[in-house]
Amino acid sequence: MRSRLRYLYRHYRFLVLRRVVQLGLLFLFFAANAWGWKILEGNLSASRLFGRLTLADPLAVLQLLLAGGAVATQVIVGALIVLVAYMVVGRAFCSWVCPVNLITDLAEWTRKVLGFREPPLMYLNRKLRYLVLAMVLVLSVLLSLPVFEFVSPIAAASRGVAFGMGMGWALLLAIFLFDLFVVRHGYCGHVCPLGAFYSLTTRFRLVRVRHEKDSCTLCGNCFNVCPETHVLGLVGKHDGTVNNPECTNCFRCVEVCDDDALFVSLSGGWSK
Amino acid sequence: MPEVDETRRRMIFRTLQGVTLTAVGGAFWAGFVHENAQEELVLRPPGARPEEEFLATCIRCGLCVEACPYDTLELGTYGVDVPVGTPYFEPRKTPCYLCEDIPCAVACPTSALDLAQLKDESGELDVSRSRMGVAVVDYNNCIAAKGLRCDACVRACPYMGDAIFVDSRRNPRTGKHAMLVPVVDADYCTGCGLCEHACVTEEASILVLPREVALGRAGEHYELPAPDFTPEVPADEI
Repeated sequence: MRSRLRYLYRHYRFLVLRRVVQLGLLFLFFAANAWGWKILEGNLSASRLFGRLTLADPLAVLQLLLAGGAVATQVIVGALIVLVAYMVVGRAFCSWVCPVNLITDLAEWTRKVLGFREPPLMYLNRKLRYLVLAMVLVLSVLLSLPVFEFVSPIAAASRGVAFGMGMGWALLLAIFLFDLFVVRHGYCGHVCPLGAFYSLTTRFRLVRVRHEKDSCTLCGNCFNVCPETHVLGLVGKHDGTVNNPECTNCFRCVEVCDDDALFVSLSGGWSK
Repeated sequence: MPEVDETRRRMIFRTLQGVTLTAVGGAFWAGFVHENAQEELVLRPPGARPEEEFLATCIRCGLCVEACPYDTLELGTYGVDVPVGTPYFEPRKTPCYLCEDIPCAVACPTSALDLAQLKDESGELDVSRSRMGVAVVDYNNCIAAKGLRCDACVRACPYMGDAIFVDSRRNPRTGKHAMLVPVVDADYCTGCGLCEHACVTEEASILVLPREVALGRAGEHYELPAPDFTPEVPADEI
């Protein structure tokens, strides 16, 4: 019994914690609108913590600024707070906060359960997301509108949970099916401009996964769970930290490693 | 055979790929966004900036919706004819009750709901400065305009006498009764929709429309009197 619990803790601690954070935030947003809880009001586009501190999605605010909106200082400061936080912890928004991660991880889990090994229906370049991000920024200027906010499944999900989904579920279902049948890790790993934005801005993050080559037995567990597999290029080759900012710091690799070859570390920034 | 620079060739080709994808994808994307932002008959909360500016400033967080004590405000979603994620209200369902402390506008983090528009000269919030829309009467279906006794909309108006008043006219059908017809003054109407909510006809015969939709503009070249112009009458003529 004890060893069983120990096993579960070792292999699922970060995964469970991530789900608690993701679902907890959605619950607080829902509770704010349904029962008037003043803990975290709004949604992931912008929110208010304990009725005082305004927080905001930095990419949403950037779009509003590019669109020429008369954006108040309050929400710009809120976006900077969020941005600085992610500059420390890396692209953790994607794996610890974003509700779409719940959907794409479910698609990946379904793939594993059904034993899909088929090659993708089409090839997408992982750099495509930077092109999408560029489109967001350029179109926001051209149309004087925050263009990603009109189609963002992230906003649709968090807003939908708190304020009513409408037909937004169709967008989320489309992403689930796209990830399940068309391209593995399709949306979060290839398309999402918000993920691209955080990858670009968190290059110098403090929190990184560290690898010790001598402990590694090349079992491949980490590669099997990683949604951005290419960031693990150093595994089995040399000591060091995962420096590719496309790593979402989900720490799934750390918990599935049975050889103590991967760790969460604060060794980021300047050290190698 | 001229020597082919493979690296340069690949660079050019990849650039063209990116440009093509951006142009084609961007056209569809821009088309959808443009279409979605064109909804004309949307009523916004108090203090909302003009629609174009509003759409470029609202971050779609819903804090105004949560601040509203009457659950008047809703957020647009896919499948509703409102730009996605932005706040609106339908007066026939729930009108704006014109809270004096205007909690929705105060809650707005971006100033898409602009408090500056709602403050009087002394800097105090004054909800009567809201211009969410303007009430328009359909006199062909308003029962008061047919000679029946009804003043539901007039009684419901918080600015009764200014924003809406009763105009008594002779009833030509009976020849001896008065018709008490509601008339809206757009200079005072806030567009709260309490009248539309109160209207007793099956479909409301007084309804709130966005001001840009319902109101005209005479143009600069007319020298018209100011809205609350009263003719100066010499004292001895009164």
